Amino acid sequence: MKKLLTALLFAPLLAFASGAELHLDKAPVSTEPAALQNGAKLFVNYCLNCHGASYMRYNRLQQIGLSEQMIKDNLMFTADKVGEPMRIAMQRDEAKQWFGAAPPDLTVVARSRASEFGSGADWLYTYLRGFYRDSERPTGWNNVIFENVGMPHVLYELQGEQLAKVSEKDDGHGGKIKEIHLEQGKPGKMSKDEYDKATADLVSYLVWMGEPMAETRKTIGTFVIAFLGLLFVLSYLLKKNFWKDIH
Amino acid sequence: MTTKAQAVLDWVDERFPLTSSIKGHLTEYYAPKNFNFWYFFGSLALLVLVIQIVTGIFLVMHYKPDASLNASGVPVAFASVEYIMRDVPGGWIIRYMHSTGASAFFVVVYLHMFRGLLYGSYRKPRELIWIFGTLIFLALMAEAFMGYLLPWGQMSFWGAQVIVNLFSAIPVIGPDLSVVIRGDFVVSDATLNRFFSFHVIAVPLILIGLVVAHIVALHEVGSNNPDGVEIKKKKGADGHPLDGIPFHPYYTVKDIVGVVGFLIVFSFIVFFAPEGGGYFLEFNNFVPADPLKTPPHIAPVWYFTPFYSLLRAMVWPLFGLDAKFWGVVAMGGGVVIIAFLPWLDRSPAKSIRYRGPIFKTLLTIFIIGFAILGFLGTKPPSYAFFGVIPGAPVAQLFSLYYFLFFLTMPVWSKIDKCKPVPDRVTG
Repeated sequence: MKKLLTALLFAPLLAFASGAELHLDKAPVSTEPAALQNGAKLFVNYCLNCHGASYMRYNRLQQIGLSEQMIKDNLMFTADKVGEPMRIAMQRDEAKQWFGAAPPDLTVVARSRASEFGSGADWLYTYLRGFYRDSERPTGWNNVIFENVGMPHVLYELQGEQLAKVSEKDDGHGGKIKEIHLEQGKPGKMSKDEYDKATADLVSYLVWMGEPMAETRKTIGTFVIAFLGLLFVLSYLLKKNFWKDIH
Repeated sequence: MTTKAQAVLDWVDERFPLTSSIKGHLTEYYAPKNFNFWYFFGSLALLVLVIQIVTGIFLVMHYKPDASLNASGVPVAFASVEYIMRDVPGGWIIRYMHSTGASAFFVVVYLHMFRGLLYGSYRKPRELIWIFGTLIFLALMAEAFMGYLLPWGQMSFWGAQVIVNLFSAIPVIGPDLSVVIRGDFVVSDATLNRFFSFHVIAVPLILIGLVVAHIVALHEVGSNNPDGVEIKKKKGADGHPLDGIPFHPYYTVKDIVGVVGFLIVFSFIVFFAPEGGGYFLEFNNFVPADPLKTPPHIAPVWYFTPFYSLLRAMVWPLFGLDAKFWGVVAMGGGVVIIAFLPWLDRSPAKSIRYRGPIFKTLLTIFIIGFAILGFLGTKPPSYAFFGVIPGAPVAQLFSLYYFLFFLTMPVWSKIDKCKPVPDRVTG
């Protein structure tokens, strides 16, 4: 019976498959302050014009090793007080007209983009590195994992242009799968490795912002479980002592 | 006890049955001495109920049931949950305890119900305990369903939309009934506010009342045990059951071990995997509700999925009524039929220890089938195992099995070859 239950517990893990597969690159997520600070810089400079992070207060950036003065001087472009959240000035109804949809709030985007194909970080890492030139799109850009995305390639100056080579592959069920291979076109300010590192930092920041207390949570959790482990031994001994006469 | 304390106690006892209640339910409530692992889950269900109520009280202090958009274009309700997660000191731990507690409640209750199946705990004279239990399960489902709307994410919204729409399939009154439930023609602010009201006060009151009735009825007839024998039939010279031991201190100290063991698993999820791999907190629910954007795949949370599979299994219209209506009947019937177990089971033995091969085989298939129904309920109907075995007919097969297991029980439980049941518990 116990074996059966264990087998059933893991059944969902074994039985994944089918449906539209999404091939995501594994994101090298970091919790290092330097990476998070670089990510915060990129976020504030490139994302926080169209996307808000309306549950994220500027002064929480102190948690990744920045002083209040540093935040005020270098990162706080959209607020007057350091306790304010990262809001944007763009009007939602106007944004809708410009992009077809209002750009979503990014505070918890790293959590919402998780799926059976990978973590939210993996999705973002693949997405941010997956823009290519597409003259049929109004923005001039398309994306490998987000087809016909409304967002232009805002990191274009860093990455440069990627060009898509589309090939069709048999999917094994009589249909065709479109496969897109990207090639570097016009170069940007960064080399491929530099750009990968920059997006990794940005993604790390987005992961951190999605749940800023995640590391605290794990630290507290270690103590809680250690305490409970000790309590378990004691409570078991107590039980054994009380029950020694029961046969 | 000092004479002064005794005097105070006497004063109270003359006015309130304090000492007699403590005796009747704890120090002189005789429980069978042979409870095993499966008997932890009753007290654990009570623990989770307390966790949910206490964390719920603190969540209500900061949560706002408001579907209107704030200045940043985010629904106030959704933003208030993130406010709890970020700005309320200790808010994240309270919220994770509550969201994990919802899943833990169902884990514990499903195991508690499974125990009942294993040892025939629903059999005479415990029919009422079982009926109260089924009602608790129903109330719990209502509580969980309404609570799930409150974060106002995409899954909250569309899950509620799908489930409330089901009521509209009921002939004649259906369409009006679904409007009454929603308070609007679509899931909206009105729905959010009434679900909030039901979730924080109406259903919990019913739940607590039913739990009290469940325990009072249990303590009236006494607990069953893994041997399925009545310990009250063999009493010693002192009038206490020979195989019984006082609940306190024996089972209080034993249940503490169970509680700590449970808390280790619970804390592991709260602190290290609060999303439960997308099963406890669905990923899509981190996107605010958008009435104009239907998600490609709407799945209820895992604890509803076995019954959701029963619903989806009905794809044929019958007697001039929509297939959807029969789906609702199957889903509702799937829960209600559990209440009839005491009268469906005709076996001479209560416990699986003395029951025959038919029961053991059919119960094993039942549990596997229930798990498969649950798994398929999380997937779209087009799902196929390993990409080849289509899921929908498998779900239909096990749905049929689910009902046949109960409906044919009066026959097979009677003819099954049981072993002789001992007079006393076997330890």
